[in-house]
Amino acid sequence: MATPLERRRFLKTGALAGAALVGTPAVAAAQTAAPPAAPVAGQAPPPLTHAVESAPPADVQVLGDNERAGSDYMMDVFKSLGFEYFFANPGSSFRGLHESLINYGGNKAPEFITCCHEESSVAMAHGYFKAEGKPAAIMAHGTVGLQHASMAIYNAWCDRVPVYVILGNHADAAIRRGAEWYHGVQDAAAMVRDYTKWDDFPWSLTHFGESAVRAYQVAMTPPMAPVVLVLDGGLQEHPISKDERLPVPRLTTPAPPAGERGAVDEAAQMLVAAENPVLVADRLARTPNGMTLLIELAELLQAGVIDEGSRMNFPSRHPLNQTQRARAAAADADVIVGLESADFWGTVNAVRDQLHRSTRRLAKANAKLITISTGDLYIRANYQDFRRLQDVDLAIAADAEATLPALIDAVRRLVTGDRQRVFQERGARLAQASRAAAEANRIAATYAWDSTPVSVARLCAEVWAQIRNDDWSLVSSYYSNDQTNWPRRLWNFDKRYQWLGHAGGGGIGYGAPASVGAALANKKHGRLSVAIQTDGDMMYAPGVLWTAAHYQVPLLSVMNNNRQYHQEAMHVQKMCNARNRGIDRGEIGSRLTEPNIDYAKLAQSMGIYAEGPIANPNDLAPALARAIAVARKGEPALVDVVTQVR
Amino acid sequence: MELRPRVGIVGAALVAIGVSVHAQNATLAKPVTPAPGSAPAGKVDNGGVLYKKIGCYQCHANEAQGGLSGPRIGPSLVPYARFSQYIRNPTGEMPPYTTKVLSNQEIADIYAWVNARPKPPAVDTLPQLAR
Repeated sequence: MATPLERRRFLKTGALAGAALVGTPAVAAAQTAAPPAAPVAGQAPPPLTHAVESAPPADVQVLGDNERAGSDYMMDVFKSLGFEYFFANPGSSFRGLHESLINYGGNKAPEFITCCHEESSVAMAHGYFKAEGKPAAIMAHGTVGLQHASMAIYNAWCDRVPVYVILGNHADAAIRRGAEWYHGVQDAAAMVRDYTKWDDFPWSLTHFGESAVRAYQVAMTPPMAPVVLVLDGGLQEHPISKDERLPVPRLTTPAPPAGERGAVDEAAQMLVAAENPVLVADRLARTPNGMTLLIELAELLQAGVIDEGSRMNFPSRHPLNQTQRARAAAADADVIVGLESADFWGTVNAVRDQLHRSTRRLAKANAKLITISTGDLYIRANYQDFRRLQDVDLAIAADAEATLPALIDAVRRLVTGDRQRVFQERGARLAQASRAAAEANRIAATYAWDSTPVSVARLCAEVWAQIRNDDWSLVSSYYSNDQTNWPRRLWNFDKRYQWLGHAGGGGIGYGAPASVGAALANKKHGRLSVAIQTDGDMMYAPGVLWTAAHYQVPLLSVMNNNRQYHQEAMHVQKMCNARNRGIDRGEIGSRLTEPNIDYAKLAQSMGIYAEGPIANPNDLAPALARAIAVARKGEPALVDVVTQVR
Repeated sequence: MELRPRVGIVGAALVAIGVSVHAQNATLAKPVTPAPGSAPAGKVDNGGVLYKKIGCYQCHANEAQGGLSGPRIGPSLVPYARFSQYIRNPTGEMPPYTTKVLSNQEIADIYAWVNARPKPPAVDTLPQLAR
């Protein structure tokens, strides 16, 4: 709640700014009765009149000794929240906050990271969160900047990633200057309200302080999601007295909701009694402890685990990992537990995408289905991220990671010696099946091994051979490997930061900036960040390469350059066939050829070490070795590999 | 802009050429050697051109080794009769190719090409694939 004093100051300083910004003496000199008196710190400036508007500034206006900027207080609050970075393309509507960040705040914690597109700003913050586990902020104009940023915000929302969005805007049309001019907005956050969790437009600094902390709390409470704070330009720029007490509210992040005890006990009973239980994890692991807990539960039950891959939920080479034979594992199951499964219907059913679509159940008809998900606590109407309603036997509306300790305890209480023997036999069978699937993957990778262009399997095998002894992090392989997923088939993932999932919303243009954001987070930990980067994604906002070079972000980007929007070509091919015509024209509109894009030159033009294009697989290993040496020294590097389709 | 499909247990619903397994497990299927004399003569070179031109490679990858939405189909995996039957009447996700858009001879050419794909090196000779 704004104090009366603060509210008065806001109004009167708005008038002051108006006086300062619109003076055009030649036009309105005749209307000028008398020049306004120079404002005195601590005294009310004159009301906004024609005379004031048209008068020249009476003096040089700088902060008085007893004053500070409103945005200095904002920076106090932001620092208290622990932000490491503010990602932004600079914009005049938040120039006050920008100045406070670099001067008052010392450009450290948070540091301003210059981005070349607001979509990149958000995707960088998205990738940063995945690697670091805490949010970053982005700044953008409330009008044009947010429109650029909106797709990436949708991605983050679908992926349940808390991006902290700060928008600049001038609500008071009377004091808008050149750049804002008539480009203001009454309700800036409206255009992203369908896919953000909360927003506010503070009217005072007291209001700001509380909303800034509240926004952080809301964003970080599962289900996590982006939040928006609209900061009025006047509120940022108006002086306030240093004597005015503006406390910084204390941040208390709420504990996430855990499952109700009775329901958890019921789930435990079903799991212990099951012959073939399967645990399906998607956005389960919010923290490093999430994977630890899932390992504990799976080993206790000797249950198979399917990692759907939105987070790093389970080690790829754990004997109970059945991801590489997921369909068979699910079809055999008599109990299936979805743990933050974004699309549980799609887990137990399939759609056949032909001219006349059909669906069928993949799980056994009598399989017991259980869900533990914050999805039951949060759903929106317009922009959707839910699929068909799956009827289940038990739905627990709770955060799955927070619920696992109670579920583990409940299972432990129920396990008898007889059941343990059953579990051990089951575990041995699953381990054998897992080994067979892994061996099949190795053999599958040998096909087309020496062909040109390079197969995606060969590309991934060559990268793995050179990084396997590093402390590595695959920061993105978006649209490179989501389904064929060669890294997950061949590499040994056993740390949370080694697999960072995907965009969430399906928006292309995520991979390149998310890689740089995640690699920036990995930098202080000394990790070698690797991205398998598709060409189509890179072309959305390649300016992020400059950001990587400028901030010396250690990142190896290996281009998976198949010179087309491959997935779209498959969709159009399907349409051609279904309509029984033009089956040799399906690539039209999806190719990225004539001319071919030279990604090495693109990267080099922005100061990045780069090689390529490489189409011969035998040239790949030496090029990777040189590029990895650059990345290990703390710089970005790119290798352009001309590849087969996925 | 494209939307990413669901990547779930069965998100890719990949069934083609009678190999009813997920594409990632396609190599689990035992190779089936075509019976001698069962396939009509096909022109390998034309088959390679067609394989690319009519989009087979989009799902089965450039060398028929299996890819995003289709399993491995060569070399020497499926009898000709099953191969041609499935192209005409797929039961999974594969789009159908009718006689209006693809002749029997063209199917034979494609079959000749996929069966002419080189055999891969032994997995244990590739250090990049060492466990």
